[in-house]
Amino acid sequence: MDTFDLIVIGAGPGGYVCAFRASQLGLKVALVEKRPSLGGTCLNVGCIPSKALLHSSEQLAFARGHAASHGIKLSSVELDLVALMRRKDSVVAKLVGGIAQLAKARKVEVVPGEASFVAPGTVAVGGRKLSAKAVVIATGSAPVELKAVPFDGKTVVSSDEAIAFGQVPGRLVVVGGGAIGLELGSVWARLGSQVTVVEFLPKIVATFDDDIVRAFSRALEKQGLKIETNAKVTGFSKGILTAERAGQKLEFAADKVLVAVGRRPYTDKLGLEKAGIALDEKQRIKVDSRLRTTAPGVWAIGDVVAGPMLAHKAEEDGVAVAEWIAGKAGHVNWDLVPAVVYTDPEVASVGLGEDAAKARGLSVRVGKFSFAANGRAIAADAAEGFVKIIADSATDRILGAQILGRGASELISEVVTHMEYGGSAEDLGRTIHAHPTLSEAVREAGLAVGKSAIHAL
Amino acid sequence: MPVIEVKIPPMGESITTGLLSRWHVTDGDSVGKDQPIYELETDKITSEGTAEAAGRITFKVAAGAEVKIGQVVASIDTDASPVQAGPQRSEAAPQPAAVASPAVRRIASETGIEPASVTGTGKGGRVTKGDMLAASSKAPAPSPAPAPQAAQPPAAAQPTAGARQTRRKMSPLRQRIAERLVTVQHAAALLTTFNEVDMSAVIALRAKYQDDFVKKNGIKLGFMSFFTKAVVGALKEVPSINTQIDGDTIVENHFYDIGVAVSTEKGLMVPVVRGCDRLGMADIEKAIADAAKRAREGKIKLEDLDGGVFTITNGGIFGSMLSTPIINPPQSAILGLHSITERPVAIAGQVVIRPMMYLALTYDHRLVDGREAVTFLVKVKQAIEDPARLLLGV
Repeated sequence: MDTFDLIVIGAGPGGYVCAFRASQLGLKVALVEKRPSLGGTCLNVGCIPSKALLHSSEQLAFARGHAASHGIKLSSVELDLVALMRRKDSVVAKLVGGIAQLAKARKVEVVPGEASFVAPGTVAVGGRKLSAKAVVIATGSAPVELKAVPFDGKTVVSSDEAIAFGQVPGRLVVVGGGAIGLELGSVWARLGSQVTVVEFLPKIVATFDDDIVRAFSRALEKQGLKIETNAKVTGFSKGILTAERAGQKLEFAADKVLVAVGRRPYTDKLGLEKAGIALDEKQRIKVDSRLRTTAPGVWAIGDVVAGPMLAHKAEEDGVAVAEWIAGKAGHVNWDLVPAVVYTDPEVASVGLGEDAAKARGLSVRVGKFSFAANGRAIAADAAEGFVKIIADSATDRILGAQILGRGASELISEVVTHMEYGGSAEDLGRTIHAHPTLSEAVREAGLAVGKSAIHAL
Repeated sequence: MPVIEVKIPPMGESITTGLLSRWHVTDGDSVGKDQPIYELETDKITSEGTAEAAGRITFKVAAGAEVKIGQVVASIDTDASPVQAGPQRSEAAPQPAAVASPAVRRIASETGIEPASVTGTGKGGRVTKGDMLAASSKAPAPSPAPAPQAAQPPAAAQPTAGARQTRRKMSPLRQRIAERLVTVQHAAALLTTFNEVDMSAVIALRAKYQDDFVKKNGIKLGFMSFFTKAVVGALKEVPSINTQIDGDTIVENHFYDIGVAVSTEKGLMVPVVRGCDRLGMADIEKAIADAAKRAREGKIKLEDLDGGVFTITNGGIFGSMLSTPIINPPQSAILGLHSITERPVAIAGQVVIRPMMYLALTYDHRLVDGREAVTFLVKVKQAIEDPARLLLGV
C-alpha cells in the first residue's frame, strides 16, 4: 500500500491543476490517469486541438476569401489536410509534454491506469493500492450519445473523431448547436464541407441572449453554414439523417454526422458505491458547497459535478479544493464563470444575460456598443458583432456581459475582473482603454449603460 | 471540542467595549484558521479579529453591535472543517485599505461622503458604486438644479454645485474621538503655558551633521528626536509631569515612553516610542518613522498606542503658529510644537532675525502646578537652544 496526502483521479485541467496546487502547498500527491498522456479531454481531444484547427482554417478562409481585398494576390491556395492535422498534433504534443514535465518537476507521482475505489481513502490502480487522507475525483466527462443516431466511430461520430477526419467530408451534418458543434462545424465548413447544423431548441447557443444569437446565426449563415432549429433528430440510414419539425419530416444528406449534443459526467468503473459516494438526479457526483462528496475525505471537481462543463471552471475547482485540503482559504466564484464559443466571430458571456436577468424579474439597464463603430475593428476587418453590458438599474453593478465579435474570448476577461470586485458599469466606463483597440467597445458599452457612450447615439 | 467560541480579545488598558463594525464573512460560512472574520472599532483603533480554528461559523451578534471585551460574538463548528493535511498558516493576508473604484471616487467627490465611512458589499468589503448610491440616498438629496455659472474646479469632498451644505454620517471612530475629547475637557483642569524657542542651534547641528548621520543610520536627523530627548530630560527634572491620577492615588512613572501624534486618513493616532531615555537620536528617528508608516498603512496595533506617559504633537507641519493641544488621558501633559518662522528678536541689545518656534504645554492642573509646568517648558526650551545640555544632562 502506497500512502499519499492526496490522490487525484484524472489528469485533465481540473485534476492536474489540483495536483500541482496541492504539491505547491507541500502535500505528497499521486495523479492517476488512464490516457497515455496528461491533460485530459481538454488538451488531447477538446479545447486545444479544436483551437489549432480553428486557427489553421481561419488562415485558409482569409487566403481564399479576404486576402484579395487587402491587396494580397495569391496565385493558388490549396489545403494540405495532412499537414494541417500534423500541426494540430504537434500543438497537442507540445502541451501534454509540458504538463508531464511540470508534474515531474513538482514531484507529483503520475500513476498510469484506471482507478477504482476500495474504500473512501483507498483506491486501486491496476494491481496497486494507494491510500490517502484526501481523494479528489476529477474524471471529467464523455460525449453524450443520441439513441436515434448511435455512434459508430466512422460515419456517426463524436468530437473525438471530428478533430481528426482523414479527408474533408463533402456533407457534414452537425447535431447540436452548442459550442462544440459550431466550432467543429466552422472548421469543416472553412475546409470545404457543406455543413448543416441541426438544433433541437428554437435557437443555437441557447444560453445567450436572443439578440446575440440572431446576429451570430446570421454571421454563420453568411459563412455557408446552414442552421436548422426546432428540429428533432429521428434517425440515420443510408447517408440520410432524418429529423422532425412540428410533425414535418426533414431529411439531410450526410457523409459524416457529428453528434455534439452535450457531455455526461464520466464516473464509469470508479466503484463509487464502495466508497459511499452518491450521485445526484443527473448522474453527477453530489457535492456540498465546498465540493465534498458524501464520503468522508473524498472531493469531486470539474465536469463530474454540477455546473458548467468548462476547463477553466474545473481548474478553479481544483485550486480551491487543493487549498481547502491543505487547510487554507480556497475561493471559487461559480457565478462568474465565463463561457466562450471560439467561432469567427466569437461569442462570450459572463454572469447574467439580459434575457435571464429579466426572466428573474431583475430591473436592469443594458448598454450596447457595436464593433462597426470601433476604429480598430474596422481596420482589422472585425466590424461584425457588438458588446452588451447588463447592469442593475439601481446600483449600476454589472450583472453580466455578452460579446459577439472577434476576440470576444479575450475581451470578456476584463468584465469578469470588474464583476469580481463588484464593479459598476460606470467603473468600466471610467477605466482607460488603449486606443485603438477592440476593448474600447467594452468600455463604450459600459458607458452606454448610463447613456453616455461617446461614439454611439 | 467540536464547537469553539469566538470572543473579543483583551485590547489593552482602558478599552472595555468596542463596535463590531463589520463581518468579513457571512453567517454559516466556512472559515479558515487565522482568516480575518470581523472588524472591531474601539475608541483607539480599528482592528481585525481572526478565526482561531477552521470550521463553520455561526454569528451571535449582528454587524454594528456594541460588544464587550470577552463577549462571545460567534461560534465555530470545527467538525465542519476540511481535512487537515498540510501546513496550517493561512495565506489570507489582512486587507490593505482598498483603492476606491472610479465611480466611487466620483460620488465621493460630488457628495462629500467618504468611502471609508460606508459599509462595503464588494470583494473583501470593498465599497461599490451601489453602496455609495445607497449612502448618498440616505443623505439629503443635493439640489437638482445645475449651477448656471461655469463649474468650479473640482476639489476633494466638494459639495455638488449649488449645494450649500453636505451632510454625512460620523464614522464610529470619529464619534469616539469626539466623546473622548469632551470627556477630557470636563474631567481634567486643563491649562496651557507658552514659550518660544530659538531653533538656530538645532538647525545648525542638523546642517553640519546631516550627511554623516544619514550615511551612518540610513535616516534623516529630524527635529523630533531633539524634542523627544529634551522632553525626557525635562521629565527627569520635573517628575510631577510624569504622573497620572488613578482614583484617589497619584501614580508616578519612572519610565519614558513618549507618544508622538501622527495624522492618518482615519484620524489622529498616537503611537508610543518606548524607553526614550535609553534610545539614541537615530533610534528615536527610526522608531517614529516606522510607527508613522504603520499608522498610515493601518497596520498599527493597539499595544503600539498604549501606555505612553507624555505626548508630543507637531501642528507646525500644517503651519500652525500657536495652539493649545488637549492631553491624552491618563497622561498629565502634552507638548505642542509649531511652525518655525524667522522673526526679529532682541539678543544682547541687538535686533536679530532668528528661526523661532512657539511651544505650548497643556497640563492637568489637578496634578501639576504652574511652577512645575513652566519649569518643564523652560527646560525643553533651554535644551533645544543649547543642545549640548542634552549631552551633559544639565
